[in-house]
Amino acid sequence: MTAATDMTLAEARDRLAAKDISAAELASAHIQAVEAARPLNAFITETPERALEMAQASDARIAKGEAGLLEGIPLAIKDLFCTRDVMTTAGSHILDGFHPTYESTVSANLWDAGAVLLGKTNLDEFAMGSSNMTSYYGGVENPWKREGDNRKLVPGGSSGGSATAVAAHLALGATGTDTGGSIRQPASFTGIVGMKPTYGRCSRWGIVAFASSLDQAGPMTRSVRDAAILLRAMAGHDPKDSTSVDRPVPDYEAALTGDVRGLKVGVPKEYRIDGMSPEIEALWQTGIAWLKESGAEIVEVSLPHTRYALPAYYIVAPAETSSNLARYDGVRYGLREDGDASLTEMYEATRGAGFGAEVKRRVLIGTYVLSAGYYDAYYNKARQVRTLIARDFQEAFENVDVLLTPTAPSPAFAMGEKMDDPIAMYLNDVFTVPASMAGLPGISVPAGLSGEGLPLGLQLVGRPFDEETVIRAAGVLEAAAGFDARPTFVTGS
Amino acid sequence: MSVDVGTVRRIASLARVKVEDAQAEALVGELNNILSWVEQLGELDTEGVPPMTSVVEMELPLRADAVTDGGVAEDIVKNAPDPSGRFFTVPKVVE
Repeated sequence: MTAATDMTLAEARDRLAAKDISAAELASAHIQAVEAARPLNAFITETPERALEMAQASDARIAKGEAGLLEGIPLAIKDLFCTRDVMTTAGSHILDGFHPTYESTVSANLWDAGAVLLGKTNLDEFAMGSSNMTSYYGGVENPWKREGDNRKLVPGGSSGGSATAVAAHLALGATGTDTGGSIRQPASFTGIVGMKPTYGRCSRWGIVAFASSLDQAGPMTRSVRDAAILLRAMAGHDPKDSTSVDRPVPDYEAALTGDVRGLKVGVPKEYRIDGMSPEIEALWQTGIAWLKESGAEIVEVSLPHTRYALPAYYIVAPAETSSNLARYDGVRYGLREDGDASLTEMYEATRGAGFGAEVKRRVLIGTYVLSAGYYDAYYNKARQVRTLIARDFQEAFENVDVLLTPTAPSPAFAMGEKMDDPIAMYLNDVFTVPASMAGLPGISVPAGLSGEGLPLGLQLVGRPFDEETVIRAAGVLEAAAGFDARPTFVTGS
Repeated sequence: MSVDVGTVRRIASLARVKVEDAQAEALVGELNNILSWVEQLGELDTEGVPPMTSVVEMELPLRADAVTDGGVAEDIVKNAPDPSGRFFTVPKVVE
């Protein structure tokens, strides 16, 4: 019988329903795994007592035949989701000791479905980063290592703790948030599935805001089926988020028909960027071949403004950052420095000490591009470019049903690499940012190993609110890839 | 367009972020690198292109103008760094 921490979420759900394992047993096994994996630094806060209480309540509901969709499933929650009475840090010093008095809508949906909270996972500060190295609570270690090389690698970011927790079998699934690739890129780096749904699919209420026109929550799991199950429980309309969409949530699992015959898969030629690594290119070609062999029709498409997506993102996202992060003023929550000075000095001291280097850079860039005299040249220009990027996708989706691209330009890199050049770090998101700018659903599926033995993901992008086609194609890609490599941390070798 | 140390100080002051002298010098280079990289957007002709205001086509929802929440003063000040009863506190601003 599979060990409790080696099951997929779907297997655990079925075994819980068959009373083959109890929620308490499942929670205990995962609590032990979380404790044993502390050197990876995946969690900022562990909640073992709460996990056991919730699991016992799940067992009682299962006994009464009142099980929810995720009854008894132990999950890790990115520490960007506010959780009532459980410290929520956003990976930042400025939120020191913050214990929300409310619950984010997405996490509340999960608890209503019966899920169990294992703890809050580490992340780049305010979700700004692609390595998890900007966290005030330190970097997270990727459970994978290069063959014959003992250096610690990053799990990607910003949802690095969630990615490591799932890849290292510490949780059956995790929540992430994705602003420009923060679910998909770490999923690729750690060999798991990560999905960013359409903007508006999941409520943003109670998620610490970074760039509100881009932020979206999504599932991180070890299979496409698990992502479908978790997304269904997370998603839904919420009157408290005016951008959340009032549409019924489909049973995404039912979309996994395994059939892509006649599906039109677009391959955007502009994603073949200069200096692209040959192994990424080869993996992409392999993915194309898999879908073709499964009966899909491959169509080359053009997204002419692709190369402008990343620079436009680095105007739009910092602009929204500077506005959203204005609330951290040392008065209402978190850190306060130099409270005896003048009010302005207190603000400046608190924010100077409370924000890390990358967050400060983005707040300053954002303040600059929104300031008088620069607003049109930078911010409005970037919003116009964003319109052009969204139009590119709209036109492509007149001819195809889904797009296939690589998820990230490289496998995981070592801790400390790319830290002295912000733009080199930003380029991690070159393939994920365009879909974010257009609000589209995207998923990363583990598809193969690099020459150094590290996981690589392929990305599928779909039409707005057509997560089902994305999931269906991802299921076929997953089956064709048959990715069964396990991280060094799990195999112990 | 590029920034100098005076501009960095001005932005930092607008953003209410304390920046030490050495940090300000380093930020000049970092911000200029980012700004010169985003300059490439200038290559694009965006004449007549509407700036994106909403990524998903939707009508903004309206609701009745009614009180739906409240009476939670303790909750609101619970996380304040230096509250006084049901009040936030700030350094003295009036002499």
